[in-house]
Amino acid sequence: MTAELLFGPSEIGRTVRRLAHEIVENNRGAGSLILVGLLSRGYPLARRLAAAIEEFEGAPVPVGRLDIGLYRDDVARRAEPRPLRPSEIPVPVDGLTVVLVDDVLFTGRSIRAALDALLDFGRPARVRLAVLVDRGHRDLPIRPDFVGKNIPTALVQSVRVRLAETDGEDGVFILGAEATHA
Amino acid sequence: MLDVAEQTASALAEPAVWRHKDLLDTDTLTRAEIELILATAEAMREVRSRPVTKVATLRGVTVVTLFYEQSTRTRASFEVAAKALGADVVNLTATGSSVEKGESLIDTVRTLEAIGADMVVMRHAASGAPYLAARHTGASVVNGGDGRHAHPTQALLDLFTLRRHLGSLEGRKIVIVGDVLHSRVARSNLWTLLAMGAAVTLCGPATLLPWTLAGRSETGSCDVTSDFDSAIEGADAVMALRLQTERQAGGLVPSLREYVAGYQLNAQRLARARAGALVLHPGPMNEGVEIAPAVAHGLASVIEEQVANGVAVRMAILYLIATARGVR
Repeated sequence: MTAELLFGPSEIGRTVRRLAHEIVENNRGAGSLILVGLLSRGYPLARRLAAAIEEFEGAPVPVGRLDIGLYRDDVARRAEPRPLRPSEIPVPVDGLTVVLVDDVLFTGRSIRAALDALLDFGRPARVRLAVLVDRGHRDLPIRPDFVGKNIPTALVQSVRVRLAETDGEDGVFILGAEATHA
Repeated sequence: MLDVAEQTASALAEPAVWRHKDLLDTDTLTRAEIELILATAEAMREVRSRPVTKVATLRGVTVVTLFYEQSTRTRASFEVAAKALGADVVNLTATGSSVEKGESLIDTVRTLEAIGADMVVMRHAASGAPYLAARHTGASVVNGGDGRHAHPTQALLDLFTLRRHLGSLEGRKIVIVGDVLHSRVARSNLWTLLAMGAAVTLCGPATLLPWTLAGRSETGSCDVTSDFDSAIEGADAVMALRLQTERQAGGLVPSLREYVAGYQLNAQRLARARAGALVLHPGPMNEGVEIAPAVAHGLASVIEEQVANGVAVRMAILYLIATARGVR
């Protein structure tokens, strides 16, 4: 199996900052906003986005984390389910704009699960979706509002995001058969 | 760039995965599996604290509680846990079912499977009964207590409670006091506590102690003693067991008064334990017998917390077994 580095730490840093600007622009400021990252890698991305927004706007933005394990539609089908971890939503989401944050958007099933999980915590005014990478191949009618990179892929390939917080380094890799995006 | 692929693969490698169809006792669990149960229970505890305390993960799964012995907290706790995960629950007791007409255990569990039971939570007075049931059904069997043999979910919720207060149990001194010989709770607790590296002392009247367990080397060793006042010295936690009047043919305890004098967990004795030591009891309590009321409801007591944690731990067990059952 080959792993090709698509972009590295500085490009990820620039992309996060651009996404932070887009979120603030779309939200008309940093008020009534909470970023909720999906575990594992959406959560550190949400924290980075929040840090960037605080830098630009001078106001802290709450960050939550969501484990979607109990909301998956394939609980009894996965050979090796990920261990569950506690979710944490630090403030009531009622009336807020929630930006869900994940590393890779693929079939959309994780986001469907995340929406169900989020709604068990309250009734947000609106929910937006920010992803670092959109690799296409949606199974469900789900569309991101903020996209770091669009990376067209073949189904046999996979995209791996590695982050310093979870993996010790920053990088976006494409794994599997010959890359078709070149 | 192959090395990157390998690094990526290893970073993605997951820790322990649950692979058991049944949960019959704690003696076969590895430390990694116990850690997986505790971590999952921690996530379940968070679910119970949300505005909406129920998820739909096990929708379409049928859980039957089959209790041949009476129970309040275990049966209710399993029912609440199953419902909190979205499962359907059917409650059966020996009285009022075909068991009264002489139906065998094997026929009963086969009938339940034919009806569509995916999991059977079972309590039985005969040690080993859940093992027999598990061999004769494709449904998952969870032992809710069998005779004097095992009570795995009680041991796991005790461990979960201890861990939340003490952190690592490595080298921690845990004293289990009372009718250890007849106690399925003590036995299942012993395996989990030893697996986590705790130093366990089993204590009670000489006639109520399993002397054969002293110094067992294959699972770690535990002390067995009839001197409670010395045993409690410096303990991090004390677990008092119920004096099981229904399991005693008689003659094992000279008198209740003598038992109280030597083995009741009271304030004077608790003062000999480490400052801030925890008090546990699997319930139901005979207050004034194995535990003094002031201790049972005192600051050191985590007895009510044990009951609350029981729901989270049982949710974790039901969830993990569901993930191991594979494609339905």
